[in-house]
Amino acid sequence: MRILPPVSIEARRLLPGPWDLLAAVLVLGFIVLLADASQAVIQPLSNLNQKPISLDPSALPGYALRTGLRMLVALGLSLAFTFSYATWAAKSQRAGTLLVPLLDILQSIPIFGFLSVTLAFFLSLAPGRILGAEFAAIFLIFTSQAWNMAFSFYQSLRTVPTELEEAGRLFGLSAWARFWRIEVPFGMPQLIWNMMMSMSGAWFFVVAAEAFTVGNRSITLPGIGSYIATAVTAKDMPAIFWAILAMLIVILIYDQLLFRPLVAWADRFRIDADTNDSDEGGESWALSMFRRSKLIDAIGVPFDRMMHWTYRLSAPISVGGAKAPSAVRSKVATIVWYLFLAGAAAYALWQIVGFAAIPLGFGELLNIVLRGFATLTRVVVMIALASVIWTPIGIYVGLRPHLSRVVQPVAQFLAAFPVNLLFPIVVFLIVSWNLNPDIWLSPLMVLGTQWYILFNVIAGASALPRELRDASDSFQIKGWLWWRKVALPAVFPYYLTGAITASGGSWNAAVLAEIVEWGHKTLRAYGLGAYITDATTAGNFRKIVLGIAVMSFFVVVVNRLFWRPLYWYAERKFRLG
Amino acid sequence: MGAATLLDVHEVRRTFPKPGGDELLVLDGVNLTLREGEIVGLLGRSGSGKSTLLRLIAGLAKPQGGTLTYLGQTIDGPAHGIAMVFQSFALFPWLTVLENVQLGLEALTLPEKEIRTRALQAIDLIGLDGYESAYPRELSGGMRQRVGFARALVVHPNILMMDEPFSALDVLTAENLRTDFLDLWADKKLPIKGVLLVTHNIEEAVQMCDRVLLFSTNPGRVVTEIPITIPRPRERTDPAFEDYVDRIYVEMTARRVERVRTAPAAGVNLGTPLTHVSSSLVAGLIEAVAAPPYNGKADLPDIASDLQLEIDELFPVAEALQLLKLADVEGGDIKLTHMGKRFADAETNERKEIFSRALMANVPLAAHIRRVLDERAGHSAPRRRFIDELEDHMTEEAAAETLRAVISWARFAELFSYDKESETFSLENPT
Repeated sequence: MRILPPVSIEARRLLPGPWDLLAAVLVLGFIVLLADASQAVIQPLSNLNQKPISLDPSALPGYALRTGLRMLVALGLSLAFTFSYATWAAKSQRAGTLLVPLLDILQSIPIFGFLSVTLAFFLSLAPGRILGAEFAAIFLIFTSQAWNMAFSFYQSLRTVPTELEEAGRLFGLSAWARFWRIEVPFGMPQLIWNMMMSMSGAWFFVVAAEAFTVGNRSITLPGIGSYIATAVTAKDMPAIFWAILAMLIVILIYDQLLFRPLVAWADRFRIDADTNDSDEGGESWALSMFRRSKLIDAIGVPFDRMMHWTYRLSAPISVGGAKAPSAVRSKVATIVWYLFLAGAAAYALWQIVGFAAIPLGFGELLNIVLRGFATLTRVVVMIALASVIWTPIGIYVGLRPHLSRVVQPVAQFLAAFPVNLLFPIVVFLIVSWNLNPDIWLSPLMVLGTQWYILFNVIAGASALPRELRDASDSFQIKGWLWWRKVALPAVFPYYLTGAITASGGSWNAAVLAEIVEWGHKTLRAYGLGAYITDATTAGNFRKIVLGIAVMSFFVVVVNRLFWRPLYWYAERKFRLG
Repeated sequence: MGAATLLDVHEVRRTFPKPGGDELLVLDGVNLTLREGEIVGLLGRSGSGKSTLLRLIAGLAKPQGGTLTYLGQTIDGPAHGIAMVFQSFALFPWLTVLENVQLGLEALTLPEKEIRTRALQAIDLIGLDGYESAYPRELSGGMRQRVGFARALVVHPNILMMDEPFSALDVLTAENLRTDFLDLWADKKLPIKGVLLVTHNIEEAVQMCDRVLLFSTNPGRVVTEIPITIPRPRERTDPAFEDYVDRIYVEMTARRVERVRTAPAAGVNLGTPLTHVSSSLVAGLIEAVAAPPYNGKADLPDIASDLQLEIDELFPVAEALQLLKLADVEGGDIKLTHMGKRFADAETNERKEIFSRALMANVPLAAHIRRVLDERAGHSAPRRRFIDELEDHMTEEAAAETLRAVISWARFAELFSYDKESETFSLENPT
């Protein structure tokens, strides 16, 4: 199973089409709309009646539970979004032409951008209460999970084997029944894998979202993240270690109780598994327990019956079947759809123009772009460094099954660990040794994302067929020649997917990593991430929006001009089988 | 013919849109009827539109012209009473054998108890007892297709349609499943009234069918109907069986090869689509025909079974030989020409030379590419230059396939070379 690259990598065309531009305008317009509204309602913070965060380690289990629950709620929302959005995009060609480029733009927006512009809105939903802040945090997690999952499910829907689809129709299954009995099961393994990856990334954001400030509005949600933030202000090192320990336990519980069972369960939906090798499915003690449990049965059976009942409810009856919509009606629908889009685009443009009416000036834009290049340099150098370190190690591990069985899950686990919890320690070191933050803050960006390179390379190396390895052994291909002609080409497509994911993640991390605090000491690196964070803290929405727009522009351009050609070249040339 | 008509297909036409806005005609003027108690076979090469026709009958697609009626009613969607067995089985890998079989009944909203009894009956009938709780991936190909049969039979369809149901199985398994099916059919144990079988295997058609309809390609239409009157059970070694097989071979080669043979007169030109056949197959067939016991002339059915080739695999090779004038194909026989015999006797380098001359003389596209390369200063040309020319005459896929054929033959003949990375033709050969 592989991570899916972002939409812009999958797109076959190099140049953006009119639909890509439309999508960009719509998303930007929407963000401007939100930012504008936030600016309008910004007002002195009405006191949230919340207790201060206690640094007593005994309070940690409670905080950990809150953090974990936030994740679960957001995951449910992301699933609901996935099933509706992706299905709409795949089933309606008309909608798909817009919805897919839209996903592309959404994927490239730095996640914290969403929080900055929506926080005021969510807080105003439940004035004076912590509920609004909870909404905002959950929405942030949602934005970090949903796009990937939706795109994965969209891809699956488009590759359901025709015979299965035909068999379903031939036996008279309704569209509703086909969705739940054919399409969802078919997409399940890929979806669960992506869910897991999204979840890994999301820990990073949930922890940061729990203590967040936009202008004079700040939220402090009880959770591990706010615990750490409080500990940082108090310069309490032991508390930080306790929090890290608690986080490790939460991730471990999620892994054992949710993802391992899910992955093991989803194994039966895999269509390519001809043999009984379930190396990816694996065992899960929790799944076995659920399966044997009478209680789970008691809950599951009525649900199952209800689903079956709904299948019958909408079953089309024999002769007749699906009628093609009349040409006139579909023509009218097309016109209405285009009119709607034109209206939305005009409104979005009007919003953007209105927002930019008081210009920040050319100087400011130049400043932002220059900072963008600074961050870009950091991302490139760091990804290159991580590649040089982890690729040989990944190959070494991947070729040794007993080793990769141990290292692979550890790497996946590390990818899930929110490295921002470690930032204070790094900052402490930089401050004590008086190092240059412009250079030494950079590694923070890849601290969490480098693991994608490692475990993808491991996967690639272990997928190298036995015969190819035997062949290279028998021809005595060794040393540098072996690396050049056998190992590196074999893992290259896998490596690329890992590197693309890592680089995307690093852009997101830059928003947090380029500006870090320890006590009252703030370290700042020159870059676009620090710019966005500063603008957020200052509550300057104009700067926030401009920063977000430039950053997503950088991400899209790098994806299209650099990663995309490389990816397809690798797929053509090095993909085995 | 007192038997009731189950299915009537009248003058059906079906086209697919081509990228250029044109339409590709896949089926044209197709007529057929299926009566109660019959097994009717549709025999033709792959790509002849047989499967498309099956999908039209199944109500999975709609024709652009003509009518399809099932029990007197026009088919305009998946009809209850028509079931299908798929070439690739099309089982749901996440459902057990029992759940797969029950699926079709659940959609009929029958009571749960009846669903179970009927499913178990079907499983029993088709010899899957004991496998109810297995998942498809645990079964062998033969057992999987049995599930496919059980799933189709359980809905008690009037018409069972089979789309190359045995072609994904090995020879032994296929034979076993075929005879089991025919036994059940002969004993009238199957809850079906008529069978429509799509196949490209001549022996299979003769063994199973009451009538065989020969399908032509481009566009697909029924060209001949051959009733098979041998009493059942039929033996392959029976001379009457062999006669039928021979007769069908002759019919098929006559129609196929006529086109190629008359083509040079009209001028095989740049616009003639070619099918890619590897040069080692070409050389292999020439050697096989040249060697004893054939000594230069062979019966196509004989040599096909000798080489263990299906007609689908043999015809394109024979056609390529015909095109290159290395052999003559007529009336179910293949006969080497003078050049063909010389090729058989020659060593590698001489073979390449003969092949090269045959290409230059008989394949205008090869000669054309060579001429362009000779004339150009750098002796190289991009692929686009030729593919554009070809696409004026044929579909995108056909153009790509034609170019692929010419590249592969030219490589063997060392007429010119091609670099896939840069998509360029050139005269250079790596030295």
